[in-house]
Amino acid sequence: MPAHDVLIIGAGLAGQRAALAAAQDGASVAIMSKVHPVRSHSVAAAGGINAAISVDDDWHSHAYDTVKGSDFLGDQDAIEVMCSEAPGEVMHLEHMGVTFHRNEKGEMDLRAFGGASMKRTAYVADITGQALLHVLYEQLMKHHETVERFEEWFTTSLIQDEQGRCCGVIAREVRSGRLEAFTAKNVILACGGAGQVYKPTTNGLIVTGDGIAMAYRAGAPLMDMEMVQYHPTCLVETGILITEGARGEGAHLLNANGERFMEKSAPNKMELASRDVVSRAEQIEINEGRGVGPDGRGIYLDVTVVPRKRTLEALREIVNLGKDFAGVDITREPIMIRPGQHYIMGGVKTDNDGRTPIEGLYAAGEVACVSVHGGNRLGANSLLDTLIFGRRAGEDAAARAAAIPMPEVDTHAQLRRDAATIDEIVARPREGRRVSEIKNELGETMNQYAAVFRDEQGLQTARETIARLKEEAGKAWIDDRGTVFNQDVLGAIELGYMIDCAEATVVAALERKESRGAQFRTDFPERNDEEWLKHIDITMNGDGPEVSYSPVTITQWQPEERKY
Amino acid sequence: MAETQTAGAEVRSADPEQFKLRLRRYDPESGEAPYWDEHTIELEPHRSVLEAILQARDRFDGSIGIRCSCRQAICGSCGVRVNGEPALACHTHLDAALEGARDGVIEIEPMGNMPVLKDLIVDMDAVHWKKIQRVTPWLIAKQPVPEREYIVPRESMIDVTQTMACIQCGACVSDCLAMEVDPGFIGPAALAKSYRFVGDPRDDQHEERLLDLSEDPEGIFDCTHCFKCVEACPKDVNPMGQIMRLRRIATNDFHIVDKNNGERHEAAFTGLIKDNGLLWEAELLPRSYGGNSWFGKFAPPAGKELLSSLPAILKGLIRGKVSPMKALKPHRIPKNDLKQVQSIYDKVESREKRYELNLYIVGEDEQVLESPSATSDPVAVGVTAEPGGKEPDADPGAEPTDTPAEQRSTTEGEGK
Repeated sequence: MPAHDVLIIGAGLAGQRAALAAAQDGASVAIMSKVHPVRSHSVAAAGGINAAISVDDDWHSHAYDTVKGSDFLGDQDAIEVMCSEAPGEVMHLEHMGVTFHRNEKGEMDLRAFGGASMKRTAYVADITGQALLHVLYEQLMKHHETVERFEEWFTTSLIQDEQGRCCGVIAREVRSGRLEAFTAKNVILACGGAGQVYKPTTNGLIVTGDGIAMAYRAGAPLMDMEMVQYHPTCLVETGILITEGARGEGAHLLNANGERFMEKSAPNKMELASRDVVSRAEQIEINEGRGVGPDGRGIYLDVTVVPRKRTLEALREIVNLGKDFAGVDITREPIMIRPGQHYIMGGVKTDNDGRTPIEGLYAAGEVACVSVHGGNRLGANSLLDTLIFGRRAGEDAAARAAAIPMPEVDTHAQLRRDAATIDEIVARPREGRRVSEIKNELGETMNQYAAVFRDEQGLQTARETIARLKEEAGKAWIDDRGTVFNQDVLGAIELGYMIDCAEATVVAALERKESRGAQFRTDFPERNDEEWLKHIDITMNGDGPEVSYSPVTITQWQPEERKY
Repeated sequence: MAETQTAGAEVRSADPEQFKLRLRRYDPESGEAPYWDEHTIELEPHRSVLEAILQARDRFDGSIGIRCSCRQAICGSCGVRVNGEPALACHTHLDAALEGARDGVIEIEPMGNMPVLKDLIVDMDAVHWKKIQRVTPWLIAKQPVPEREYIVPRESMIDVTQTMACIQCGACVSDCLAMEVDPGFIGPAALAKSYRFVGDPRDDQHEERLLDLSEDPEGIFDCTHCFKCVEACPKDVNPMGQIMRLRRIATNDFHIVDKNNGERHEAAFTGLIKDNGLLWEAELLPRSYGGNSWFGKFAPPAGKELLSSLPAILKGLIRGKVSPMKALKPHRIPKNDLKQVQSIYDKVESREKRYELNLYIVGEDEQVLESPSATSDPVAVGVTAEPGGKEPDADPGAEPTDTPAEQRSTTEGEGK
């Protein structure tokens, strides 16, 4: 049975960064991912990474922008940690080999991004996430002797001892179907968000809330789950993301009358207001009949105002996306976009070192909620979040592992239980619904009722639908009876993970009777600091979610009205 | 502008149509051979082959195996062959795929050159990743490491970004002809990855890397220039172009003379064309080994290779493809044509710096070609890597129509 000081689940940016940090500190490390690491969804992050590296900048300014972007729901101590450590981390990545874009002097260039008070976003064309992820993977290959990789292993559950301490995982090798128990002194969840709960979403098909649900089932509280980010610029039909870097480079948003409608809601920052503000403004244009396209579902993003050479050099990926996925040459004509689900601010509640309230269990990256993003994440802060808190979790887990013995737990019963669950799914009779049908209905329900605008009635409908889907998912059937690359059975398990995440989101959104950040309740349209300047925590109680609250940490910045 | 806008929007309002897919299936547990499996799906013609496969999987058969995630050509999971050509399934439109289909059915198979694990899933670890690891795929940073970032030329970072844009999908590996013949060939993806370090001014081991890849008989000189990888790459990484750049840097800048004779072979090749306007095949072998001298023709290794080539030469003679008379004399072309060929050499060789192709720096090559302003220097079209070099888009008056873009997407659809 494999045993490691630190076992990391998920090999995107947070996971790989955690692995490298833990290994550097001398721990024995394993990193496990259900896909090959470079397929992780961090690869799709386009625009860049924020850090106050310019001589005119100051991390306090970055922190204030982040606090304001979060609509004052972010924990300010955590935000201070993230923003003050950002410049060092970005330099570390540069030294590792990331090919950051340079200015004429050969220094790192910076671009403007939403909600930021100055140019603060370092970037590699518009493939920043890919460049970072591939460079970290280069380092994993370099350090193959100290970081053991388990690529294409799917985690089915966390192992806990009698005291509730997390001491490993059960995982299935996708290629062979073999189920195995892995013990570890500390487990770090770094397996991303839950975008597939929504349909459409910018997130990849692998982003199914595995880590959030596993931690939730193990008793860890989820925080800020109602805060779901809709990105303002997604292709109307497929939901594919057009980077915020486009607006950072100067692109305009236009309604059917050709007006830059952001004037109304953000006269100063215009298109570069924070994402929740821009998405809401777009949705209002669409709802009020000023949308563009055949059925008025879209908004125009006009990149033609950016010099063509600059677009081809710094936004090359979206030039290709426009051509290949929408048939539009963005350097010559505007492209039709709309808001689309992109990110969940919420996740497994952690402290600033990635520790969850469960002993031995850490979380970092989108799976976690520190909370640095609060009600709304600023563009280019997520890459930063993954790297800073991935590293911190790796370091803390390694340090604590040095002081404790390898846990001795009998994993046989849990191995048998998980094997039986899989066998039961595979053997289900072909009656009732297919996994894919339920997944579709879940996504469409969430996108209808738990989107940019929400209200009590819609959320109640969503909650009832989810309860029914949960029932149906327990009997949903699949086709694949094999063991080698049985993606079908993994899809059924993922559906269970997604339903748990969806339920937590809807329960929290129902609970928060105000409008803050990404949560806009049409029945409670104002922010209400008196009652709701607090986090909503969701814990699994029996089979259902239980609500509690935790305070928001405020250090230097008192809540104020948010204007862009 | 309003008119362009509506036009743009209407391109995408097509109705769903039926498409037939023929999928290559293989279940390693069944003990049966691979087989073909057909499904009819319904989608708008501009949707992707991946969406079609996923619809078949969701509606008809959940056991269809394919790796996929992002649906936007960035995660690199869904490399397959569509109608026999390597492609990302998510990056190939159904209408384009149908055009390349033999009998109205879009054929989807796993990639080549890698063992199939199940259906469309291949073992990339066994081939692709093993080769990536062969090229020491990490930065060996110059010392001392600065406190802040390394100060490096802006252009060099954009330049290596082209190879950084490789998503490791394996499409180039799938159809590499050299690898088909020599499975040990390091191959297009890994060598492109290597350029990512050789082109990076922060790396301290340029010469060591190049020496290693030149001396390896399955290294940079094992590529046969077939362009398959260039066509296959969905991200315009241009792997073969990167291999050629590695060769140029190894030979021109570091003067590496490799034991595989790659450097001399290339010199012989270009030299013969400069002299004759066309390749003189019979002279290529001795000159590759012995250089351009009378004694050189008797270099023992040349004789050895000549002996081993005899069967092929004999076959050629019997079938009338060569005659001894023709082979022993160079081909002749009209004097004026020869002059033109030689003027290209003069022009290229007289430059102070080499022009290099990089799409991130120059924008899109195919749009440059149509711009009259850029055609004044036919060799340099869209290929400058120099700061402040030729600006292909400098002439805003030369607003191209949209035909070239369309042409390109058609070719892409067929090619991928």
